[in-house]
Amino acid sequence: MLKQKMAAKDAAFYSVSYLIFGLFTLLCIFPFYYIFINSISGNDLSRFGQILFYPKDIHFGNYIEILKLRGLGQAAWVSVARTVVGTVSCVLCTAFVAFILSRKELMFRKALYRYFIVTMYLNVGIIAWYINMNMLGLTNNFLAYVIGVVNPFNLVLAKTFIESLPTPVFESAEIDGAGTMTVFVRLIIPLSKPILATTAVFTAVNQWNAFMDTYILMTDSKLYTLQYMLYEFLNKNKFPPIDTSGIFDPSRVMTSTSMKMTISMVVVLPILFVYPFFQRYFVKGILLGAVKG
Amino acid sequence: MAQKQELLGIPARPKSPFWKQKGFHLFLMLLPFVFLIFLLNYLPLYSWRLAFYDFKWGRPDELNTFVGLDVFRSLINNQYQFEELMQALKNTFGMSGLHVLTLPLPMFFAIFLHELRGPFRKTVQTLTTIPNFISWVLVFSVACAAFTVDDGFVNRMLIHFGIRDTGIAFLQSENNVWMTMIAWNLWKTMGWSAIMYFASMTNIDPELYDAANVDGAGRWARIRHITIPCLIPTLFVLLVLNIANFVNWGLEQPLVFMNQMNKPHIQTLDVFLVTQGITGRNPATAMAVGILKTFVCLVLVFGANKLSKVVRKESVF
Repeated sequence: MLKQKMAAKDAAFYSVSYLIFGLFTLLCIFPFYYIFINSISGNDLSRFGQILFYPKDIHFGNYIEILKLRGLGQAAWVSVARTVVGTVSCVLCTAFVAFILSRKELMFRKALYRYFIVTMYLNVGIIAWYINMNMLGLTNNFLAYVIGVVNPFNLVLAKTFIESLPTPVFESAEIDGAGTMTVFVRLIIPLSKPILATTAVFTAVNQWNAFMDTYILMTDSKLYTLQYMLYEFLNKNKFPPIDTSGIFDPSRVMTSTSMKMTISMVVVLPILFVYPFFQRYFVKGILLGAVKG
Repeated sequence: MAQKQELLGIPARPKSPFWKQKGFHLFLMLLPFVFLIFLLNYLPLYSWRLAFYDFKWGRPDELNTFVGLDVFRSLINNQYQFEELMQALKNTFGMSGLHVLTLPLPMFFAIFLHELRGPFRKTVQTLTTIPNFISWVLVFSVACAAFTVDDGFVNRMLIHFGIRDTGIAFLQSENNVWMTMIAWNLWKTMGWSAIMYFASMTNIDPELYDAANVDGAGRWARIRHITIPCLIPTLFVLLVLNIANFVNWGLEQPLVFMNQMNKPHIQTLDVFLVTQGITGRNPATAMAVGILKTFVCLVLVFGANKLSKVVRKESVF
């Protein structure tokens, strides 16, 4: 009797749990699916709200058509460039600073470490930041995207990791005549691959998703990123002119709906592709972060 | 060591001058980065002086006149501005407060998901973390795909099933803006925040559960008396971090979601700084508010750290 009651209770618990988690998961995923099916369906159908659960009149022309939109190719190029350059430089420089800061012989070691870490909590305000960037000539300048090469969060992670490596290895290498740079390139980088991969993945996602810096610093449309272009489309309804020459089929002519959906898909696809492969790095990152609290 | 050597009659090796020491060479290698950080993170403090001038965009520095504390005084005296600032403050506190209240939700998400087994759990975990890695602009795009009048899924459904003839302008609505913002925030971060609790849960000693089972504890008893108490420290750390960032809540999210209709309810302090200072014409005002905010923020960081030291005997920062 008691056992039956327990089993019934269990069944109720599981069915409610499965239902709630299933719904929430659907809520997290369905929007992307919806955007996707709208981007590949007939443009006249999507314009008039005929696409709800499955695609109709499938075509992939929109993904080629958007390349013809003014400024979009350039924006994609800027986004990719800042992600690649920004990630590589940030990961390497942060690791280098972490390595130097982990050396016991370093002069003013403690003060220097504080000097780097304080930047995490020193929030000077957005106007002061803007004026400063303007003074340094970093407005309307691609350099502004990639100049922040020392990330204090990653610095803490990298330094903790490097300090956990066995020091005799470096010492013997230095006795054998290897310079600091050699030790860094030949020993530190290969040995700290796990932590570098984690920080790289986080930095890359942040670079790809960055929006505020374009919003505040850039007025030159050559330096707009995909995120910013999407924002302009969505929020200000600023659509570039659509080149309809040569297309007579109404289901293939771009509409504002198909444009929004397709660009959203282009912006989210890298994340969706990359995420499953790098999930373990993300999880590792949050665990390391949690240890430092 | 040196003394010992002298006692033994061995002359102490003269200490090499500092520029020949290894430590100094390392310092030199670090110097470019020290300089860069100075330029990017410390030099902005120098432009704080402009809060004491009546500075305007595009006017050379020499032409600004020194006005002392006038800008700070006008924050209170200029009634229109004062009202907008107070509203921004209210919005920040409201949304930040609501956000703090929702902090335990990911914990329960993790606890209940942990009770389930197999591939379902893994799938839920993977799929619910994806929204955390898309930008706020994309979240807004998702919001548009779901709720705009002409393209929105919800509106299309309402029309499709004949519940309404025309769509509802959800995103332009000025009702329940705080709640909506918190809901989007939860949608984005829930799965990801839960991962931290998952990690803490793997650190719980399984013997505790075994002992509880022997004592005849059911699922609820185990959750209430073992899992939740073991997760409280993690929740507490997050709480402290959120208190430290209380006035910083919301820049990108409200900025992206803001429009003319919902502006009075969505404009947080940070957004106020942008709309007044960068896109608007009151950079001096925005600077003054920013400075005050920096100090409030520092007080909160130290306060939250103190709280953590008192409660957990451990500092968070």
